[in-house]
Amino acid sequence: MSSAKNININLKIWRQKNAQAKGSMETYKLDNVSTASSFLEMLDQLNEQLINDKKSPVAFDHDCREGICGMCSLYINGRAHGPETGTTTCQLHMRKFKDGDTIYIEPFRSKAFPVVKDLVVDRSSFDRIQQAGGFVSVNTSGRTIDANATPIPKHDADRAFEAAACIGCGACVATCKNGSAMLFVGAKVSQYALLPQGKVEATQRVLNMVRQMDEEGFGNCTNTGACEVECPKGISLENIARMNREYLAASLK
Amino acid sequence: MKLDSKIPAGPISDKWTDYKDHLKLVAPNNRPKIDIIVVGTGLAGASAAASLGEMGYNVKAFCFQDSPRRAHSIAAQGGINAAKNYQNDGDSTYRLFYDTIKGGDYRAREANVHRLAEVSANIIDQCVAQGVPFARDYGGMLDNRSFGGTQLQRTFYAAGQTGQQLLLGAYSALSRQIGLGRVKMFNRHEMLDLVKVDGKARGIIARNLVTGELERHSAHAVVIATGGYGNVYFLSTNAMGSNVTAGWKIHKKGALFANPCFVQIHPTCIPVHGVNQSKLTLMSESLRNSGRIWVPKRKEDAEAIRAGKLKPTQLSEDDRDYFLERRYPAFGNLVPRDVASRAAKERCDEGFGIEANDTNEGVYLDFSTEIQSKGKQAAYAKGNHNPTPDEITKLGKQWLEEKYGNLFAMYEKITDENPYETPMKIYPAVHYTMGGVWVDYNLQSTIPGCFVAGEANFSDHGANRLGASALMQGLADGYFVLPYTVSNYLADEIRTGKISTDLPEFAEAEKSVKDTIDKFLNNNGTKSVDHFHKRLGLIMWNKVGMARNEKGLTEAISEIAALKEEFYKDVYVPGSSDELNPELEKAMRVADFIDLGQLMAMDALQRNESCGGHFREEYQDSEGETLRDDENFSFVSAWEYMGYDISKEILNKEELKYEFIKIAARNYK
Repeated sequence: MSSAKNININLKIWRQKNAQAKGSMETYKLDNVSTASSFLEMLDQLNEQLINDKKSPVAFDHDCREGICGMCSLYINGRAHGPETGTTTCQLHMRKFKDGDTIYIEPFRSKAFPVVKDLVVDRSSFDRIQQAGGFVSVNTSGRTIDANATPIPKHDADRAFEAAACIGCGACVATCKNGSAMLFVGAKVSQYALLPQGKVEATQRVLNMVRQMDEEGFGNCTNTGACEVECPKGISLENIARMNREYLAASLK
Repeated sequence: MKLDSKIPAGPISDKWTDYKDHLKLVAPNNRPKIDIIVVGTGLAGASAAASLGEMGYNVKAFCFQDSPRRAHSIAAQGGINAAKNYQNDGDSTYRLFYDTIKGGDYRAREANVHRLAEVSANIIDQCVAQGVPFARDYGGMLDNRSFGGTQLQRTFYAAGQTGQQLLLGAYSALSRQIGLGRVKMFNRHEMLDLVKVDGKARGIIARNLVTGELERHSAHAVVIATGGYGNVYFLSTNAMGSNVTAGWKIHKKGALFANPCFVQIHPTCIPVHGVNQSKLTLMSESLRNSGRIWVPKRKEDAEAIRAGKLKPTQLSEDDRDYFLERRYPAFGNLVPRDVASRAAKERCDEGFGIEANDTNEGVYLDFSTEIQSKGKQAAYAKGNHNPTPDEITKLGKQWLEEKYGNLFAMYEKITDENPYETPMKIYPAVHYTMGGVWVDYNLQSTIPGCFVAGEANFSDHGANRLGASALMQGLADGYFVLPYTVSNYLADEIRTGKISTDLPEFAEAEKSVKDTIDKFLNNNGTKSVDHFHKRLGLIMWNKVGMARNEKGLTEAISEIAALKEEFYKDVYVPGSSDELNPELEKAMRVADFIDLGQLMAMDALQRNESCGGHFREEYQDSEGETLRDDENFSFVSAWEYMGYDISKEILNKEELKYEFIKIAARNYK
């Protein structure tokens, strides 16, 4: 990566000791950040500096750093996962920033995602929605029918895959002015609705998942479309429309 | 210690069926009286927890991430093998079995591998039934592709996100059981010790990573499915949190650790960018279906490329050395990973590397040939029998995007270069660990009641794993092996009753964890955990990496032992124990990596042969290929913990017997 150079940046980062504490923005200066570094490597570098100064490092969620596990989050300069469209925070690189920039970093904020510490939030509400119906009720015996016994039109399989590509990061919720989880839930409902294996339980699934979504305190969808824009995996609004159709059909049954 | 692998007698193709038919069962009415702990929620852990929950046992599942869906199985890209023979190219259970044994360079157990091949087809059926959206062709049938070390197409895939789709399938099965109340899930919890009572695994000590509270959990059996230990090298394709701690804790409590030196270094990863690099990113092996690996034929050209004076696209075909196609014409770019990695290293060591980083380590993975051939095919399919070069290129790029779009996009984000226009730069990186906790045929460790599944055990891949076989093994262990073998063990536990966490063994284990935590937090050293982890990683990469020799390994052993002393004396861990404290979590994991690193070097030093991913420079033929020593090293090395000083560990051996496959030199030429 011969084009890499070093830049100096200013950081304004949300610090909050725990869920109960009142948080605030703190200012840090970080020099010699390689533009080939990822955004999270920049935060590693900040933490190394803080640790060497015997100060408390910044807590943030991350794991795979390949844009697939969905654990990283962060609101960067007012956008979920930062300035680059279709990119998780871990895949954002410092070459997208300039020398002397001031970067604002906040946690994903939403009623259903309480802050745990600093930039770490609790997204277990997503797990509970999945537990309410995000599955096909088939036991894991391996004694099902042959995988090719039911042909699935390529178009449907591809649409199901696109919906299933959701990484469950919660950017859709964080960016929505209503704190709605419709894109996340719509993607899961759509994946199963598009496949023959998912059709048997379709009615119960959509009713149960939507009920759980409402119980968790997520807001309603007002078709702003911000979720689709900020989704790092390009999950389409069509999934919300499909869920609404499924929900309507289920409610009328 | 006498090792009993418990391999059943009989012909290879009947062993598992016969054995399974005679295992003991636990009746449905007794299962709710029995508790099982599953640590880790990747493919092996999630599938085991879901299956055991379905059966009616009380399952407690643990993961350190904020959700079970984050486990690093999710990052597997290319695919999953299964002997379905949907492509009618001659596949069978036997061929998958044979390819896996050969790919592992004859250092895996025949019986385990055959079982894996047998259940592989059920995995695909199961996943499709769960709604896993595999790639399909226009007839609606499942599509396949090739992976390294095979000459047929048996790999099922979902774009470059197969691991994600399979894990989300297992997660959905797990979620169903959590919703039904049969599995209790503990997110953001880390297992920090195993509790043994009367010699049996009876529970764990886990730390709630949010509150810092230490918790005691009891059970009649404990399943460890916590993945591999590639992060011992600091830089690897593993997730940042991937660690060996659960495996190492049970090792310290009596579970033998097998073949620690068998590490897979994956040929196609994005090269290192600089000192602040935190991890390496894989570019799927599936890309070797379409990409050709090369370096310049002339050193001057390599130098000019590194200096930015020459572009790879400017080099003519005659000036390129497609070194895998040259050395291994029968398998070409699809040789197994260990072979491809060493070949890339050989070229770079000779000065042909093309990356302008500190070490010049990098080779090209080039898609231009495929763009032309697939573009032409696509044009013909559209009825255009006389396409212009521009049309061909455009259609070829579209074809690549459909197959590998997410990988190409990821490459561009990381490197700022467009792989549709210029070849990818790649170099080997640590990816997978074949070694792991020693288990018998039941996947039980040497501690009764403590089972180990998936990458965390050593059992199926010998000295080198074939691509698309990790997903297969994880799900096979969790869905189709453990439900039988764990039940067999638990059949003798139906009268035991609930195990109290007030037993002195729990108190003792909890106290020892607490002491370790306090020691770190009060250490008042001067250097960060990462400082030590990076130093360990450098020793490992340079001396216990792709090429090893006696001198380097001997040095590594003493350097790591010294690093351990320095670590405990001088590591600085900020914060307190009663809060979310990622530095504390890292400190405890790195402590275990240091111990394991030393053991890996010891294991590599005793294995005076080259096999699979373990390449000892002293043991190679005149063409640089590995020289195995079957007479003296056809065994699993199984190490026994003897206390703080790792150099005191005792080597136990399990002889490997090949009754059904004729052992031969591995040849991909």
